[in-house]
Amino acid sequence: MVSYVIRRLFQAILVMLVVALVSFSMFTYAGDPVNNMVGQEASRADREALRERLGLNDPFVLQFGRFVGRAVQGEFGISYQLQRPVEHLIAERMPATLELVFVSAILALATGIPLGVYCGIHRHSWVSRVLLTVSLVGVSLPTFVIGIFMIYLFAVHLGWLPSFGRGETVKLGWWSTGFLTPSGLLALIMPSITLSLFQTTLIMRLVRAEMLEVMRTDYIKFARARGLSDRAINFGHALKNTLVPVITIAGLNIGALIAFSIITETVFQWPGMGLLFIQAVSFADVPIMSAYLVLVAFVFVAINLIVDLLYYAVDPRLSVDKGAAAGRPS
Amino acid sequence: MKLAVYALGAGLAVSTALAATADAKTLRWASQGDALTMDPHAQNEGPTGTLNSQVYDSLIHRDAGLVKTPGLAVSWSTVEPTVWRFKLRQGVSFHGGQPFTADDVVFSLRRALSETSDFKNYINSIEEVRKVDDLTVDIITKGPNPILPDQITSIRIMDKEWSEQNKVEKPQNYKEAEETFAVRNANGTGPFIVAQRDPGIRTVLKRNDAWWGWGVTDPKTNVEEVVYTPIANPATRVAALLSGEVDFVLDPPLQDLARIGATSGLKVSQVNQIRTIFFGMDVGAAELRHSNVKGKNPFQDPKVREAMYRAIDVDTIKAKTMRGLSFPAGIITSGGVHGYTPELDQRLSYDPAKSKALLAEAGYPDGFEVQLDCPNDRYNNDEAICQATVGMLARIGVKASLNARSKSVYFKSLQNKESDFYLLGWGVPTHDSHYVFSYLAASKGSWNFVNFSDKRLDDLTNAMEIETDSAKRDAMIAEAWKILKDSNVYIPLHHQVIAWGLKAGLELPIIANDSPQFRMAMWK
Repeated sequence: MVSYVIRRLFQAILVMLVVALVSFSMFTYAGDPVNNMVGQEASRADREALRERLGLNDPFVLQFGRFVGRAVQGEFGISYQLQRPVEHLIAERMPATLELVFVSAILALATGIPLGVYCGIHRHSWVSRVLLTVSLVGVSLPTFVIGIFMIYLFAVHLGWLPSFGRGETVKLGWWSTGFLTPSGLLALIMPSITLSLFQTTLIMRLVRAEMLEVMRTDYIKFARARGLSDRAINFGHALKNTLVPVITIAGLNIGALIAFSIITETVFQWPGMGLLFIQAVSFADVPIMSAYLVLVAFVFVAINLIVDLLYYAVDPRLSVDKGAAAGRPS
Repeated sequence: MKLAVYALGAGLAVSTALAATADAKTLRWASQGDALTMDPHAQNEGPTGTLNSQVYDSLIHRDAGLVKTPGLAVSWSTVEPTVWRFKLRQGVSFHGGQPFTADDVVFSLRRALSETSDFKNYINSIEEVRKVDDLTVDIITKGPNPILPDQITSIRIMDKEWSEQNKVEKPQNYKEAEETFAVRNANGTGPFIVAQRDPGIRTVLKRNDAWWGWGVTDPKTNVEEVVYTPIANPATRVAALLSGEVDFVLDPPLQDLARIGATSGLKVSQVNQIRTIFFGMDVGAAELRHSNVKGKNPFQDPKVREAMYRAIDVDTIKAKTMRGLSFPAGIITSGGVHGYTPELDQRLSYDPAKSKALLAEAGYPDGFEVQLDCPNDRYNNDEAICQATVGMLARIGVKASLNARSKSVYFKSLQNKESDFYLLGWGVPTHDSHYVFSYLAASKGSWNFVNFSDKRLDDLTNAMEIETDSAKRDAMIAEAWKILKDSNVYIPLHHQVIAWGLKAGLELPIIANDSPQFRMAMWK
């Protein structure tokens, strides 16, 4: 078990170095930040001088080495656009994204799993069919269309919910939270629903497919023959066994949500890391872009590691198999 | 399900309560991009200048019609050909309580001239700044400079003691990867004080009741608080205005203006912006970079340039692409700039038949191929203008292939002189034609990517910089415009129109430089 974790950690570091290298080399094609940093009156000499000061004329290997050296110490340089250290910017914006993703994930799981179980058990009822059809909407409509539509309906027409921003936030140490104010909670509703729709559909269909599969197995038939109640069968035995793939997919998706909440954040002007990133792209603000991509790689790697470890908790067969395969007692 | 209904009901109650408490004394506004820094000399860029101009004053201000008015200086004159003397206003203090004196002016101008300042090229004619007494400052220029007051309107005055205390004597140097105190903190003499600054999220300004200008240059505004939130997505921005969550949007997309105007309680104001959009054709290269014509450059023939000019139907572009929101132009600068005349602004007529004839005379009866470079996120509908132009040029046989890119990539390639034929927009912050010639038409102009080189125009540009007799100077400007206009190296398209969306009860004069001044705002 310990050797497994250590091996995974080495793999993680390797993955992150590769991501850093690829993203860093891409940024030579992302555009020139210098033109965005000086006004139109700046002379060629001024632009060259700024390029020198920023170290943009140094060879690629040197620039990359500097970047990795500083990144390991937690410093990602200073943003060209906002003129502040990147790690402070990301730390300021992280609570917004994490809260949004957390609420979306909970929504997706809380809606998707029960609905999926229902559709799996009552697979022929018309309610199931309606749910499945409507869920197609969740996957086929792009996020920004759903977001704009909700803004139009709930903010412009009905005036119930705010159309942008995060509302009032309360600072607890360095974490700013929107959970403690009414405007913060109202502002969370539309973005989290928009962000969770795709996830909900995915989880619902996955749980349904897995339930259908599991309900056909022998041990469920024996349990029914033994006279166990429906609740005991469905939730006690069947659901537990469907959870392994659901955990994998949900875990991967949370990583994707954190990394790619960009569109939802842009539509709702949600002050999170995704919005910071997209603004950095149009400005060619390389320090923010590189830091963000490295952070995203880290998030994916960490979540995957946790997901793999969760397998051991949920499925006892795995730890036994692993031990047997390695020829050691588990 | 029940829980959801209760939650929605509670939400309704809370949001109506919130809406009711937002009263007429607060002005909430939104635009696409936030200011980058509160350091007034660090970044010469639109939204940054707008925010800093609420908090910091300059020696000379401009009113809603962009006419110069006294700011921190009450009068100014030349006492010698190279010396401008500024008499300063008495009894002014900074938000932190420090008194405003000539020392602060000397310090601020020297700071704006320093290596890391983005404003030094505005005032690079300044040799030295000297204090004469506590309320008088002399600015010595390298040669006679008749337009120094125009240039000095952009330089804002900081307090010397405050800057030294907070170690911001110089604007930020990117090499030291640290944030300076001035990036998020400000201490100016202006009509508003920074109460909260969260870059990219929210900025709150409070009215400065002790400002020297209330009742002097502007009636005291009844706006007590200005709250700014950037909203990047254009649809969300318009939705915020329509739902009443913001009172003023600086840059609604053109296609939503009709909708905003038709909504009760909202209105649209528009004005001719001091920014002209035009095409440039490279006449310096021996051979075009992306063309099927080898061995020569078709743009070097004036007949070809005139043919390209006459092939573009600017009125159709105005009606269809710009939705009526542009003013067709005959020269590459607009009204409001000294040297502009309506006669100069007359275009050559749209005549595609004549274009074809001219091309045939020049030796291109079947036209030729060329690449058109265009930004897609810088000017109003820039990519759409280029697409329309490609279609119009195809009618006369010129097959233009469109290369539209984001501004970060586009301007870099322009400055590396990689373009044969490109779209550009140009604003004139000094409101004087010399600015246009020195950047776009003089041989050494840093934005002269058409490689236009005319000795007479170069001489005129140098001469008008130091000519103090206004009649002589105006004649020089007129002659320079004639030379540039007749050359047709630039094909003027139109002057941009800016439109603001705001609540009907809010009076906020629209200004042609797209920079709202909240000291002029008043709730009715």
